[in-house]
Amino acid sequence: MNTAIKTQNITKSYPGVLANSNVSIQIEESSIHAIVGENGAGKSTLMKILYGMTKPDEGEIEIFDEPASMSSPKDAINQGIGMVHQHFMLAKNLTVLENIILGIDRPSLKNLGLKKYKKSIQEVMSTYSLDIDLDMFVEELSVGEKQRVEIIKVLFRGAKILILDEPTAVLVPQEVNELFKNLNNLKENGVTIIFISHKLDEVLEIADAISVMRAGKLIDSVNNDNVSKTELAEMMIGKSLPTPPPRSTEKKQNVILDLKNLTSETVDGRKLFTDVSFNVFESEILGIAGVEGNGQKEVVESIIGINDIESGEIFFNGEIINNKSTRQRLESGISFIPEDRQLQAMIMDMNLTNNVIIGRQNIEKYKSNLATVKIKNAIKESESVISLFDVKTPNTNTLATALSGGNQQKFVVGRELEDDPSLLIASQPTRGIDIGAQSLIWEKLRESRDNGLAVLLISADLEELIGLSDRIIVFYQGSMVKELNSANLSPEDLGGYMTGLKK
Amino acid sequence: MKLSLRIASFSAPIIALAISFGLSSLILLFIGKDPVETFRIMFEYGIKGKSIVSIINRSIPLYISAIAVAVGFKMGLFNIGVEGQYLVGSIIAAFVGSQFSIITPLHILFIILIAVASSAMWAAIAGYLKVKKGIHEVISTIMLNYIGTGLISYSLTNVFDEKGSEYELPRTPELPETGQMPALNNFFRLEDLQDLHGFLFVAIIVGIFYYWLVWKTTLGFDLRITGSNPVAAKFSGINPNKLIVVAMVTSGGFAGLVGLGPLLGYFHRFTIDFPTGLGFAGIAVALLGRNHPFGMGVGALLFAFLERSSQILDLNDVPKEIERMLQAFILLIVVVFYEVIRRFIVKQQVKDASKKIET
Amino acid sequence: MTKNIFKSLLNRYIVITPILLVLIVAQMEEYSQLTTSGTFGAAIRLAIPIMLAGLGGLFSEKTGVVNIGLEGMMIMGTWFGAWGGFTFGAWQGVFIGMLGGALFGLIHAIATVSFQVDHIVSGVAINILAAGVARFLNVIAFEDIAFASSTASPRITGDIGRLTVPYLAGGEINGQETTNLFGFIENLNVFLISDFAGLVLGFLSNISYLTIFALAIVPLSVLILWKTPIGLQMRSVGEYPTGSESLGVNVYLMKYIGVSISGALSGLAGAYLVIAGTGIYLEGQTGGRGFIGLASMLFGNYKPFGILMGSGLFGFADALQLRSPKAVHGLLIIIAIFLFVLAIKTLFEKKYIPSLISLLLSSGFLIWFLNSESIPNQFVYFTPHITTLIVLSFANQRIKLPEKIGVPYKKGELN
Repeated sequence: MNTAIKTQNITKSYPGVLANSNVSIQIEESSIHAIVGENGAGKSTLMKILYGMTKPDEGEIEIFDEPASMSSPKDAINQGIGMVHQHFMLAKNLTVLENIILGIDRPSLKNLGLKKYKKSIQEVMSTYSLDIDLDMFVEELSVGEKQRVEIIKVLFRGAKILILDEPTAVLVPQEVNELFKNLNNLKENGVTIIFISHKLDEVLEIADAISVMRAGKLIDSVNNDNVSKTELAEMMIGKSLPTPPPRSTEKKQNVILDLKNLTSETVDGRKLFTDVSFNVFESEILGIAGVEGNGQKEVVESIIGINDIESGEIFFNGEIINNKSTRQRLESGISFIPEDRQLQAMIMDMNLTNNVIIGRQNIEKYKSNLATVKIKNAIKESESVISLFDVKTPNTNTLATALSGGNQQKFVVGRELEDDPSLLIASQPTRGIDIGAQSLIWEKLRESRDNGLAVLLISADLEELIGLSDRIIVFYQGSMVKELNSANLSPEDLGGYMTGLKK
Repeated sequence: MKLSLRIASFSAPIIALAISFGLSSLILLFIGKDPVETFRIMFEYGIKGKSIVSIINRSIPLYISAIAVAVGFKMGLFNIGVEGQYLVGSIIAAFVGSQFSIITPLHILFIILIAVASSAMWAAIAGYLKVKKGIHEVISTIMLNYIGTGLISYSLTNVFDEKGSEYELPRTPELPETGQMPALNNFFRLEDLQDLHGFLFVAIIVGIFYYWLVWKTTLGFDLRITGSNPVAAKFSGINPNKLIVVAMVTSGGFAGLVGLGPLLGYFHRFTIDFPTGLGFAGIAVALLGRNHPFGMGVGALLFAFLERSSQILDLNDVPKEIERMLQAFILLIVVVFYEVIRRFIVKQQVKDASKKIET
Repeated sequence: MTKNIFKSLLNRYIVITPILLVLIVAQMEEYSQLTTSGTFGAAIRLAIPIMLAGLGGLFSEKTGVVNIGLEGMMIMGTWFGAWGGFTFGAWQGVFIGMLGGALFGLIHAIATVSFQVDHIVSGVAINILAAGVARFLNVIAFEDIAFASSTASPRITGDIGRLTVPYLAGGEINGQETTNLFGFIENLNVFLISDFAGLVLGFLSNISYLTIFALAIVPLSVLILWKTPIGLQMRSVGEYPTGSESLGVNVYLMKYIGVSISGALSGLAGAYLVIAGTGIYLEGQTGGRGFIGLASMLFGNYKPFGILMGSGLFGFADALQLRSPKAVHGLLIIIAIFLFVLAIKTLFEKKYIPSLISLLLSSGFLIWFLNSESIPNQFVYFTPHITTLIVLSFANQRIKLPEKIGVPYKKGELN
């Protein structure tokens, strides 16, 4: 078989980080080649280089046996490489058609020729058995449909090599199957597919060849038939996977959080969640499972008081808190780790001392009688969080933006836990951070849970969800569909409830 | 922060000044005037004793106006309406203050309170429109400036006009002596120079109060985090709507003080000649001084210096409007450089932090 | 079918009711000026600068750059238009005015796109810069010329020319007067039809060629932005710059183009004020129209024809203020009635407090109307500004901003 892509000794570094180190990889034409590795292994950097978003410091690239050098995504497309990003690169206020043809023409004043394009796109769609309505606004599409648009977009530009970056990250098992079917179709039609992932199950299902990266290096490339999951995992991580710890089965007593028939307001003609009822006991972790966008985030934000609800009651420690402001709720013993730390949990251009006050500015610890900020207390607290949670930073004066993702998250988790809350709401608490930080956070969460904390956990990472939660409730289309016990549970089973197949 | 970074952040205004003078020199050359000579004349005139007093006097309202704008900026609000707000405050204070007489400290205090209150209320309208109707404050405050000017013009002629005076143009009655702010000359032993406005003390107090409010209080903390990241601010329990109104009212309150320097110091009444444009100049000074109480002080003095020293240019056959260009250049270039340097500093910090992690 | 039309009409009550009220009140002798061709003609003339500024705002914001420097760019348009018109001629003045505006647009682009300065800060700085530059240029350019002062320029030479359409509006052909069809209909004083004729006549009678030029830009904008590749790229840059960049769109270039066009259109607006209006540059001439243009852009929901409508509304308010303050007085009763209708509507929706407020305001306006003969000059002066606030108060709900507006974009930034 011919070689689609071949790289020799690709090296790339960023300030303080050697992202790719002497990576030499070979990808065969008309195959599905997976590149696996955990966060920070160097997969995305390699892909950015192959896609022309960035140039390597050293090394060569050959595409279809021709030496290639790409300084922009347009170069890459011209060479036949198309990228489907993890976070879709689609303009939601433009139509599917407009998104697909964007950038094909030079920016001229000639007529756009929408009809002509429509026809040729439809030809592409039928060749590869992909289907979508071209006149819809992207905003109106489902996640799987948006991904399909991305694929059509690159195929339409003549891509022969497709790079998919964590394509199943936002899909449910059923949409994943749909995607795999499409990928196999593409392979039959001569397309080469590079599949970046950290989900070993899927990789073993779909890939012909697998390359493992770790700490910027290419560890090895193997054929799918010759390797097992454990071997791959060991290559990927170099140590064993976390296992769910033994859990006590004693019945809990106090209900810390109690939601009764919560229904959201109607937004754009639909309700984000309806009739949600559940409770969280002291000394337990309740996990909320569900594909993003099924209402979990909105429920949690209603508990905090960011969103309004139309009906229902929220009880905290037996007291109804519907009419309390966010500030009051936070001060009464609820702590919150939001899912987007940079946007929602921290002030990036302020130092850690200031960031430790966020969410609790008005409590006696930080606010004097004259309404001034007690900065000394903040410094003390911040230093305490830094040491207890192993936050790697020169000191508490460092700006939040200077820390790595993992350290930022550790700081946020530390800040919330050290406040000694009765209820902690954690939304995607270890998303996008390194394994070291992740295990520390898991450890702290379990520790606090054992000490009596009630935790409401939302996680799209099924392993984290199963590993941490005592009970799991599944959200689908704004309703709570099932409560499960975390022992004896399989991801496929869970996925079934998450897509409404199982009722 | 490392010394080199400190130096870097000071360099922006200096570079901007240099480039602005450079550009203005080019323009002067283009119209056939000698730039070196021009600037020399300006400088010499500007450092004369009389000029210095005048410069300080001019800088007082500029400074206070800048602080009013800066309060808004800290939260990410653009209060372009300081212009209308201070005029509203001034005319109401001028009229009400002229209607009675009590001992001086109290009378002045009362006038100040009235100016601050009326100005704050005018600003509150914009705050309300933003919170309830989602109208961006840039548009609403600018519209309110025009509406305010119209209302002031009307009321000056029909409501507040001094009754029974032979003076042709409309004006409010004069403030009685108890409502006039004494000059500081005796205090500083500056007998033979023109009056140094007593309001200087108020300006200094305002500056200190601003610093305390923004950097030491919880309210200021809330303002700053909302300005930096409104989403996180909301998640931290801040009620953005409440804060917007509070910020606008505070900003408007400060604005009320802007016109009082002239009013209490030498105008003693509100007339059609009352100084205008201070609101917009304040925006420039706030941007120049980066919302910092000391920086804005320097900025106010700088602009006042330029204004004063350029007065002499007409006598030397150079259009004094070159000074306006100079001001505008400085503003635009400084704003660009602040951004450039800010990004540089952040990059440096990231580099430093990741170096520390490696070791 | 009719039920749907009726329903959508009811939803548009905010637009329909005032129009109906104006038509009704206009039937009265003393308020007849509300719907004459003279008023409409003036309205068009006054709306054009606002419309052009609004279109300018559109081109900039569609590429994701907030431009509140429109006022400053318009000021440059007035000065350069006056200078060009004085030195060369009318049409030359127009294009030089556009260039002046485009130059300042370019400055704004450099500051916001290449240097990542906050868009609003840059806009404010541009306005201040423009004011200073205009004053300075005026002083040195017309130093020894008669009829000029530091705040005014001499009159432009040449004339842009006006057109009156023959047959429909009584324009001349070969020196011969022709029939004036719409004028005739207008004078019949038939309800609605004559008023409509007045509107049409306003467009056809004594209309400046520059106005025609400006109006042509409206469909041209639609064409460019929605039917050409460059338009698509410009819009994509305001919606999703990182995505567009990865597809090879030159994001910086598109923003530069958008903002420069924005400056050119604002410059045209300024030039229009001078060349089709006063004939001279006058300091302060723009009077906040750049900002009202922004308001019309929002009101028009970022669509060129919406901007035309919105600016038409503002122009109308402006025209009344200038031509017939008496008619403005008539607006008081219209506002009173409209508020009363609003009070009833909110009462049905069980919004008691807004209903009460509307009722109180309505009575206030009614009392004012009954107790006065005319509105004081100074109040009339800010009619467009207060109209802006009122319009924005009602319209703000359904406006769709470009997704990434105002967000500084750095090349190579992948989310």
